[in-house]
Amino acid sequence: MATRLVEVQKLKKWFPIKGGVFSTTVASVKAVDEVSFFINQGETLSLVGESGSGKTTAGRTLLKLLQPTSGKIIYKGKDITKLTPNQMRPLRRNMQIMFQDPYGSLNPRMPVGDIIQEPLDVHGIGTRKERKQAVATMMETVGLRSEYEKRYPHEFSGGQRQRIGVARALIINPELLVLDEPISALDVSIQSQIINLLQELQQRLNLTYLFIAHDLAVVRHMSDRVAVMYLGKIVETAENDELFDHPLHPYTQALLSAVPVPDPEVKRERIILQGDIPSPVNPPSGCHFRTRCPYAMPICKEQEPLVIEVAPGHTVACHLLTKK
Amino acid sequence: MTEKAIEAKKKGQKKSSEDYTYVGMVFHRLTRHKLAMAGVFMLIFIVLFVFVGPLIWRLDPNAQIEGLNGLFNPASRAHPMGTDDYGRDVLARMFFGGRISLFIGFASAITSTLLGAVVGLVAGYYGGWADNILMRFTDAMLSIPTFPLLIALASVFGKGVWQIILVIVVFGWMVDARLVRGLVLSLKEQEYVEAARAIGASANRIMWRHLFPNTLAVLIVSTTIGIGGNIIYEASISFLGFGVQAPFASWGNMLQNAQQFIWNSPRLIIYPGLAIFMTVLGFNFFGDGLRDAIDPKLKL
Ligand SMILES: Nc1ncnc2c1ncn2[C@@H]1O[C@H](COP(=O)(O)OP(=O)(O)O)[C@@H](O)[C@H]1O
Ligand code: SF4
Ligand SMILES: [Mg+2]
Repeated sequence: MATRLVEVQKLKKWFPIKGGVFSTTVASVKAVDEVSFFINQGETLSLVGESGSGKTTAGRTLLKLLQPTSGKIIYKGKDITKLTPNQMRPLRRNMQIMFQDPYGSLNPRMPVGDIIQEPLDVHGIGTRKERKQAVATMMETVGLRSEYEKRYPHEFSGGQRQRIGVARALIINPELLVLDEPISALDVSIQSQIINLLQELQQRLNLTYLFIAHDLAVVRHMSDRVAVMYLGKIVETAENDELFDHPLHPYTQALLSAVPVPDPEVKRERIILQGDIPSPVNPPSGCHFRTRCPYAMPICKEQEPLVIEVAPGHTVACHLLTKK
Repeated sequence: MTEKAIEAKKKGQKKSSEDYTYVGMVFHRLTRHKLAMAGVFMLIFIVLFVFVGPLIWRLDPNAQIEGLNGLFNPASRAHPMGTDDYGRDVLARMFFGGRISLFIGFASAITSTLLGAVVGLVAGYYGGWADNILMRFTDAMLSIPTFPLLIALASVFGKGVWQIILVIVVFGWMVDARLVRGLVLSLKEQEYVEAARAIGASANRIMWRHLFPNTLAVLIVSTTIGIGGNIIYEASISFLGFGVQAPFASWGNMLQNAQQFIWNSPRLIIYPGLAIFMTVLGFNFFGDGLRDAIDPKLKL
């Protein structure tokens, strides 16, 4: 049986909005609102959803880069929710992140060799010579020429910068890598190179990925399992094929209907989502999706739908399924 | 740089404008800044005057040269700038006074900028109560009337070069602290800081390896302009009689000394006054140009 590497239970991350004379909390951005999921060792779980649905916040909170408001984070059976930043530091060797923005995520005043080497410096791994060697090897591994180690980030293209980001994340041999939309800022022509690199590295180094994305074609190509997020909630989780072949939640169906289908035999009704994603400060009552759902019913306004398991490993939160 | 540009570079082709390093780019813009270049020439002149001058003109600046007949001598071949009220050679005193004034300007500007940077980094990075305490302290320091306190301090610490530097630093770091704090508040939201936290970097490492280097450009500008300001500060302190003490010269105390003789020997005021004016203007022009070259939108 697959072993669970990491699991979150009812994870919540609310950002307080301060206001008034005494700067008290007047409201909260409910970026992640009681989300539960797990990732098995060696697999890729994709987290998909529109921009603003809370994917980045979920990924960062999972790594404790943000302190969760409530809920639990369990890493290899150990509850890490309450660990202080200092206690987290040794654990950071095992869990790394690669960022969406190839420009903002590299210090413009540091040569890339130093950027890639920094995790080794921080954790005191190896001698100076061994570190230099490790950097050179890692640069070649991710497809960068090691002679470029003295250059600064601005001398590289977006795709090359993302390779630098991968090298930095992988140089300390992590188990878990959170990939926060690693290709969405890149040219389409370069996206597939990075995706191939990530897949190859996963195989070679037995990595576990949390892959955050909104491009469903890539998600289908990459994932073992997929979780669909909408306005701070996970609305559907399933194995890759199951989700793409039998999407049950109206939001998942709407997302999928926007993806061109390669097989012309398969006719999929195109569902156009009305309006914009509502504000996470005041999400709609009951089902968060009801303001845009073509099947919304009176109960959707009153009650939050429970998460139910409709098939092994396939969970959905929608009243359409509870009714049956 | 794109992949193509890197390829091109490998083949030894001509550099495109994108290939400039940051320092190269700033230098390039600086050379096209007329005022900055004027400043550079003024400073080169001053530096040559002060450091090379004494190698050629080897009179002792503190020696009372020709007895009673040597007082207030006008310019002559033996004393191109004449002699002062003690019969000392004014040119030699200008050299040595300039060194002292420049040293005080540099040392106090660099030290106060670094002190301000530390306060600003800590306040901006940690935020919360650390920020509150440090910034209220900064405000308090800014609201102290400097000169009365200076006089009090001078009676405690004594008078001299190091004491002046200490005083200028103690009262000079606040603006830099605010500046750095403001920068850090926006820099720390950058993803590379999050990336550093993600690899487990300590707060110290993030402040010194990631944030500080990104404030350096601004701090260099602030230091440059600060040198000019501090030379004036030295002059004012000396003017009040709390600066560099006789017989040692600084441009400031030469001015102070000369004020009694302003009607008889105006040149004793004009020479150090002109030197201070030119140095300060040089540093300000150069600092302005540097700021424009680094970031024209910067407010300093
Ligand atoms: N530091 C923060 N402070 C306040 N609100 C935030 C913060 N970070 C994210 N948010 C808000 O949380 C919501 C989810 O954001 P995010 O996690 O970035 O979504 P996604 O990655 O899916 O686009 C957004 O409405 C965003 O504005
Ligand atoms: S619960 Fe109701 S509103 Fe929500 S997705 Fe299901 S049908 Fe639509
Ligand atoms: Mg995001």
